[in-house]
Amino acid sequence: MSETEKRKQRTLAAETWRRFKKNRLAFAGMIVLICLVLIALSTIVIDLVTDKAIYDAYVIKQNLRMRLQGPSKEHIFGLDEFGRDIFMRMIWAVRYSLFMGTIAIALSTIAGGLLGSLAGYYGKVTDNVIMRFMDVLLAIPSMLLATAIVAALGTSLTNVLIAIAISYVPTFARTVRASVLTIKDQEYIEAARALGASDSRILFKYILPNSMAPLIVQATLGVAGAILSIAGLSFLGLGIQPPTPEWGSMLSSARAYIREGWHITVIPGLGIMITILSLNVMGDGLRDALDPRLKK
Amino acid sequence: MAKYIVRRLVMMIPVLIGVTFIVFFIMSLTPGDPAAIILGDQASAETLALKRIELGLDKPLLVRYATYMGNLVKGDLGRSYRNQISVASQVWDKFPNTAILAIAGILVALLIGIPIGILSAKKQYTAMDNSAMVLSLVGVSMPNFWLGLLLSLFFALKLGWLPSQGMGRGFWPLLRSLILPALTLGTGAAATVVRMTRSSMLEVIRQDYISTARAKGITEKQITKKHMLKNALIPIVTAVGLQFGQLLGGAMLTETIFSWPGLGRLMVDSITSKDIPMVLGSVIFMAVMFSFVNLLVDILYAFLDPRIKSQYKRSPSRRGVDV
Repeated sequence: MSETEKRKQRTLAAETWRRFKKNRLAFAGMIVLICLVLIALSTIVIDLVTDKAIYDAYVIKQNLRMRLQGPSKEHIFGLDEFGRDIFMRMIWAVRYSLFMGTIAIALSTIAGGLLGSLAGYYGKVTDNVIMRFMDVLLAIPSMLLATAIVAALGTSLTNVLIAIAISYVPTFARTVRASVLTIKDQEYIEAARALGASDSRILFKYILPNSMAPLIVQATLGVAGAILSIAGLSFLGLGIQPPTPEWGSMLSSARAYIREGWHITVIPGLGIMITILSLNVMGDGLRDALDPRLKK
Repeated sequence: MAKYIVRRLVMMIPVLIGVTFIVFFIMSLTPGDPAAIILGDQASAETLALKRIELGLDKPLLVRYATYMGNLVKGDLGRSYRNQISVASQVWDKFPNTAILAIAGILVALLIGIPIGILSAKKQYTAMDNSAMVLSLVGVSMPNFWLGLLLSLFFALKLGWLPSQGMGRGFWPLLRSLILPALTLGTGAAATVVRMTRSSMLEVIRQDYISTARAKGITEKQITKKHMLKNALIPIVTAVGLQFGQLLGGAMLTETIFSWPGLGRLMVDSITSKDIPMVLGSVIFMAVMFSFVNLLVDILYAFLDPRIKSQYKRSPSRRGVDV
């Protein structure tokens, strides 16, 4: 088989993967994220198997005599203001940030994607009604909107998820609408219609799969934003409540003891930053890999 | 031009009505009885019922919204549950402090972002460019409240150079107390501005008219300023305008960290004390401010790019629709 034939046989996904692999920074970001996902999954498994025994004994249990001790051999990240091991809390916190961010963005991708494709595909009144509503949501800065929703509904995990998801819907609606608009006038859509395909078939089988690329990139970067918002809300005391370990709320309680130990402030922030950084470089890498023309 | 501005102002009205309605609706979902919040636990059922009628809570949502809007047009945002002081006066009281902080934050973003972005683009793929790109990635990924904590840990507590709490009175104390919050607020935006400036400079840097300008013997400084930056400015201004919204959200966090007496902190305090009219009023106020900044950005385009201005002159309707 000649080289050109081989290249032709690659699917879009394979081609994207080939280009993505070459970007070392993005690849490193992906590896970090895979590690984080594995950590999060294993903490969930450990909790299930041990019936939260480890969680209760090492993550939640206070030991006031040892409070605010700096990093040492036994506790590599030191102890927090209640004498809890920061390393264990950091590990157990991964799942909240990572999975909540992902779930929130998944929700808004579905909602935004649906609204955006309806608006783009049907145009006219549908488009106008949906997009004007999105404009209104966009006119409220997203962190502000999320805060208002949490303030009204109360602080619980679900409400934080809903708040973040709603505040990201307009972004996704806009992205999908824009790509649907460029695709719907292509010849193959016309061909599908001529063959008698229904609207929903055209939308879900032909248009949406072809408008996935920008959506995937937007979603990756969106998860980064969502994690930041969750941490921010928790920092304000409106997100995940103590003693549940979450990076933002760990920072929030560390604030009062900022004079007494640097490690309790520095380490949770590093956790957030590394996660967001990996998502950002991976998102940038994905964008370049999916659309090499954009690369500069 | 004036026609365009008026047009945009008129177009803002439905958006603002929508914004107020959504925020009003969200806040009306708050559980708990406002009358009980105001009067406390000891109040009898009778006084509670009277208070509810006084607050108009016996009426349907739409009627309450209409009353609220009627008052809002007159500049009345209701009264705070906590201290019965008018919401509007408290918001106006705190707004200048947030505005000072936001403007300082934007200045930080521009002063750091644009020069580094230009240098990065002109020296693409050098060590300088690479380190600027890595730093800006870190800047975008850093939670700004964490940066704030680190700054106050280092500059206020360790070195003792700058105050970490409150807002100074008088010019110099104010400036000193402004440095850390402004850096906190502006750094994330600066990182975005660096990336935006770099990519939009790279777009113009290889254009033919740049070679022409060079061939004419214009100095490199002049080329950068008049030929490159001027053409690269529109995406940068857009990015800065959008960052302003983030800044308003970030102000809540920054003001909390540095005890800055602004709108953001007022809002956070009101949320904790379930002071619904205060939260409602401050969210609406900030959303309106954000809309005005966006309008300002759109108007600024016309001044930056004469092509856009001449477009309105010929057919104002063409642009008005899809801006």
